[in-house]
Amino acid sequence: MNDSGSKATISSTGESWDLVLSPKIGWFDFRLKELWRYRDLIGLFVRRDFVSVYKQTILGPLWFLIQPLLTTLIFTVIFGRVAKIPTDGVPPVLFYLAGVTAWTYFAACLNKTSNTFVGNANIFGKVYFPRLTIPVAVVISNLIAFGIQFLMFLGFLAWYALGKDGGISPNAWILATPLLVLQMALLGLGCGFIVSSLTTKYRDLTQLVGFGVQLWMYLSPVVYPASQLSEKWRTVMAFNPMAPIIEVFRYAFLGSGDFNGVHWAISAAMTLLILVVGVTLFTRVEKNFMDTV
Amino acid sequence: MPRPVIRVENLSKQYRLGTISHRTLTKDAQRWWASLRGHEDPNAQLSSDFVGDSAKPRSTSNDSDRFLALDDVSFDVLEGEVLGVVGGNGAGKSTLLKILSRVTTPTRGTVKIRGRVASLLEVGTGFHPELTGRENIFLNGAILGMSNAETRAKFDEIIDFSGIDAFVDTPVKRYSSGMYVRLAFAVAAHLDPEILIVDEVLAVGDEAFRRKCMGKMQDVAQGGRTVLFVSHNMPTIRRLCSRGILMERGRVAMCGSAAEVTERYHQSLESSVQNRNGLAAGVLFDEPEAAFEDGCAITGVRMFDEQGQPKSTIKTWDWVRFKIDFRSERDIERGSVVFRVATRDGVALSLTSTTPDCSVPCHIREGEQSADCIYLRWPFSEGDYVIGAGLAITGVQMIGWQESLCEIKTDEQDVYQSGLAPSSSRYLVATEVEWQVPSVSK
Repeated sequence: MNDSGSKATISSTGESWDLVLSPKIGWFDFRLKELWRYRDLIGLFVRRDFVSVYKQTILGPLWFLIQPLLTTLIFTVIFGRVAKIPTDGVPPVLFYLAGVTAWTYFAACLNKTSNTFVGNANIFGKVYFPRLTIPVAVVISNLIAFGIQFLMFLGFLAWYALGKDGGISPNAWILATPLLVLQMALLGLGCGFIVSSLTTKYRDLTQLVGFGVQLWMYLSPVVYPASQLSEKWRTVMAFNPMAPIIEVFRYAFLGSGDFNGVHWAISAAMTLLILVVGVTLFTRVEKNFMDTV
Repeated sequence: MPRPVIRVENLSKQYRLGTISHRTLTKDAQRWWASLRGHEDPNAQLSSDFVGDSAKPRSTSNDSDRFLALDDVSFDVLEGEVLGVVGGNGAGKSTLLKILSRVTTPTRGTVKIRGRVASLLEVGTGFHPELTGRENIFLNGAILGMSNAETRAKFDEIIDFSGIDAFVDTPVKRYSSGMYVRLAFAVAAHLDPEILIVDEVLAVGDEAFRRKCMGKMQDVAQGGRTVLFVSHNMPTIRRLCSRGILMERGRVAMCGSAAEVTERYHQSLESSVQNRNGLAAGVLFDEPEAAFEDGCAITGVRMFDEQGQPKSTIKTWDWVRFKIDFRSERDIERGSVVFRVATRDGVALSLTSTTPDCSVPCHIREGEQSADCIYLRWPFSEGDYVIGAGLAITGVQMIGWQESLCEIKTDEQDVYQSGLAPSSSRYLVATEVEWQVPSVSK
């Protein structure tokens, strides 16, 4: 196990050791190689997360479709019919479904990774394996759910595009979808890392996460188009890394809203920043959190 | 000369007692900032405690909420050896294991390891109730560091060992707890690391399975694997381990052969027993001012060994003299002293009286006196028993009977020299027996 993580060092007597455990913690001790060695474990965690969700339910994996559908229905009625918020000329169902599909993935990544340490304390306290396997597995299993929901979204899109002339114009930016998904995953991971690291000491955050994510959704153009905001507020919104992602996503598939490359670049930079901070915190906390959790 | 595969050097681990968070957010933030910059020991106060107070090893005086679970521990584990780690509760064994299995990091010092380590601090870690036995075997195997291919190669063996083949595709939440534990141990037992770290996980399942586990452990131990084994079970340590380490209050108190270390452990237990109730060595019960009941009072019970020295611990098959002190208000010519040993549930295991049981006439006089009751072989298995004593007017009435005067803890002794010391979890009375069996042909 020469790739066990810590570098092999030469002790004073000239002997080589595979692994040295010491109080010193490196700065950015990410150890992707070790993570790769545990890829089977990641796969099994993904399977576990995925399977355990719908075991002993009647509808099973159908729930992955029902949830966004119901949310879209509620949004369509409340924000579309009752509040009459315009949707950039796009059929409301498609407008909300696009927002909900993208947002759900990000929110699920954030919600579930934010519980990494506290939720797995009993396993972490008994055996060592790279702690990153858990959040990485969460992101992957959510990706499967996202894939299913995304296919449903494409189905609706096709139905609208072929059936009625609903004013939608998908364009070449669709090709950027994997990039958007990756960015959402990394952003969700980064935020999840930060929250999970802090919750080992401050449990209050667990209470705040659910509320915070909901608030964040209303600060992002999920239930309303960014075009409804004034220029000033749109600039402010550029610092919400999720806002451009959703705007670009809608623009690519529906042709609605405006595409602002600068805002997207800011969002990408912020995503990276959050990820770096998150990973740094995570790798530092994972060493010792058993003493404080 | 085998080379060391684990080298522990000046290892210390400090814990904070009580609440984890600092008193103020500012202090927290400061500490945090320091730790972010990668400082070895984030809280400056902590290290200065030690510079100034090195004479006080265990807990530092000016900051009593800190606690050293491990204090400057150093030792080597050689390749292929089976090292037993023993020590009382709170001696630091678990902390040591946690650091070695990378669950937590040391506060000071280093551990160097050569080879792949698998640690078993618990069986069944990560079992998911909704998943089937088969799925859990793979999941648990992967958590313990096996790849899917390795698990697949051992799959049949694991199923075979656990004996749950009919239920392999049933969710484990439907398993009985015994099946669950057997499956969990089976996975763990088929790990194939170079270094195995085992906590007391052997005491699982029923008797038959426990023996199977022991057998498996012995195979592992003899298979040239390096094993670090932590247990309270001294016969097991003696049987499995080649070398032992005794830990006391966070330090290595002794390093030596398994027999030496377990012997020393028993001795240290004896000395700590004396302080348990503030009673001197060998005193089980001591109340000189005990009130009279029916005209008499039992005032003390003491233990002595064959040499007449106070005896602080008692093991199965020990020679023991119980001295029963009592006071009487009256003169009873045909008196009797009664001594009883019972289980905690009140089931009498042994009851003896001077008369009529043993036909030893006894004249109880007014005032203080004592009677000795000698067990040539204390017949009880390891466990806790309740002692009762009293006086009687033979054939007329019991006087001053105290059903549960005190408790006596019997320590285990491997009287049959089989590695399986009599234990009250299996039976209470260790009889002297002899077997005559068909001989084994050579």
